[in-house]
Amino acid sequence: MDNVLTYIVSGYNYWAALILIMIGMYGMIAKNNLLKKVIGMSIFQSAIILFYISISYKSNASIPIIAHGHGVADHTAIDPNLYVNPLPHVLMLTAIVVGVATLGVALAVLQKIYRVHGTIEEDEILESIKE
Amino acid sequence: MILDNTILWQFDVLLLPMVIICALAALTIKDLVGAAIVTGAYSFLMCLLWTEMLAVDVAFTEAAVGAGVSTILLLATALHIKRKAKD
Repeated sequence: MDNVLTYIVSGYNYWAALILIMIGMYGMIAKNNLLKKVIGMSIFQSAIILFYISISYKSNASIPIIAHGHGVADHTAIDPNLYVNPLPHVLMLTAIVVGVATLGVALAVLQKIYRVHGTIEEDEILESIKE
Repeated sequence: MILDNTILWQFDVLLLPMVIICALAALTIKDLVGAAIVTGAYSFLMCLLWTEMLAVDVAFTEAAVGAGVSTILLLATALHIKRKAKD
């Protein structure tokens, strides 16, 4: 029982990522304002990035940069336990840039909707479409 | 070079509730310009969180792109449209 409790508490990073995913999904589903939906999508994206960066972390390790790694003739082998895993970092760099592109397109569509319908509230847009 | 980072989880415990509070505030504030600013603060706190988790490359990309460009895009949109939201 104590072991299970330790396992649950030590994963607090993953619990925070899970809570943020739920907050983002709530924003996307329940909010009436379209800009709030876009903000919810942004929160969802960075929660997933938080999940991946939490995977790459290890204790008693350094940032993944090899000190004096260039210009040395006698290269010794590198101990991977001394560095955090850089592969999820690289994947999430791409995810951040894609997220900003998605945000830009979503905001452009939102401004076009505002120009056509005069509002960004979802129920008012639906009424405007019916007329 | 071994970093003794046994102290870093305390930053983690401090930053994670602040991130969750900022996320909730960004969704509940009725003023859209305020919501955009709080989203920028959320991105900056995420950037601090990633520096603390030793992902420095992700951290400075987030600081430039997430906290910089996204906030400007959100602010520009919030200033173009009607500022008050219903919920």
